[in-house]
Amino acid sequence: MRVIVEVMPKEGILDPQGKAVMQALHQLGYDEVNGVRVGKRIVLDVNETDAATAIKRAEEMADTLLANENVEGFKVHVAEEIA
Amino acid sequence: MKWGVIVFPGSNCDRDAYDVLGRVFGQDVRFIWHKETELGDVDGILLPGGFSYGDYLRSGAIARFSPVMNEVIAFANKGGIVIGICNGFQMLTESGLLPGALRQNHSLRFICQDQPVRVERTDTRFTNACTPQQVLRIPIAHHEGSYFLAEDELKRLEDRNGVLFRYCSLSGDVDAESNPNGSVNNIAGIINEGGNVLGMMPHPERRCDALIVHDDGRAIFESVIDQFVNA
Repeated sequence: MRVIVEVMPKEGILDPQGKAVMQALHQLGYDEVNGVRVGKRIVLDVNETDAATAIKRAEEMADTLLANENVEGFKVHVAEEIA
Repeated sequence: MKWGVIVFPGSNCDRDAYDVLGRVFGQDVRFIWHKETELGDVDGILLPGGFSYGDYLRSGAIARFSPVMNEVIAFANKGGIVIGICNGFQMLTESGLLPGALRQNHSLRFICQDQPVRVERTDTRFTNACTPQQVLRIPIAHHEGSYFLAEDELKRLEDRNGVLFRYCSLSGDVDAESNPNGSVNNIAGIINEGGNVLGMMPHPERRCDALIVHDDGRAIFESVIDQFVNA
């Protein structure tokens, strides 16, 4: 099973990378953009058939290692079947 | 004092730390590989700067789970002296021995420069050889050195006088202009509540021998060693 962990900088914390990307987008004429935040997408292939268990384990992994709760939040979901 | 300098894959200030403790200060010092599960007979541990595990995921995040870190955490919790410099500071926040996190510099640039920092307290084991508000020039060399702590926790840290060093101007002014990386409250170095764990982004080990630029960093090691020896 494939589990996706998305790690994002917490709201309210300055994201210098997102700010730089937004400036570049403005330079390219995408003036409608009024906020950019850059995070990480971590793709886990796991030996697990039960989605609930896989998600619970991935949440543990995020708590322990994949995200830093001081500055980041995360979301976990199971990926769609790969065709 | 007997010191252990922990070596991680990607550490690159471990030799400097070893040289300063051994040659400059005449300490009994040895390297400890990160896979070791015992620290042996040591009085102090130094977590050196560098790019452990290539800074993958987050700086210090993977090193924090090296086998030796369980021992370092236990040693610190028993009151053992631990100094984390740069990448070592990042490991200390990742491991929870110190609060907060080190994030990308606001400029998004790697900054390498001689940096004035102001000594905020002289009643600690790491700064007793300094004078109040003394300005030390200690180089910084980092890309993830912007110290962050949420507002309520920051207040707790400030209230317990946990901040030892702040980025400042050469004349000691702490302001936005003298903040190289966007750290909250210009924080460059902090100690834990027990006063035995120090984390700092600047590199005192690079300024301990007057032959190499100047020796402003000496005061920090002198403080620790003299207090230990005279205790």
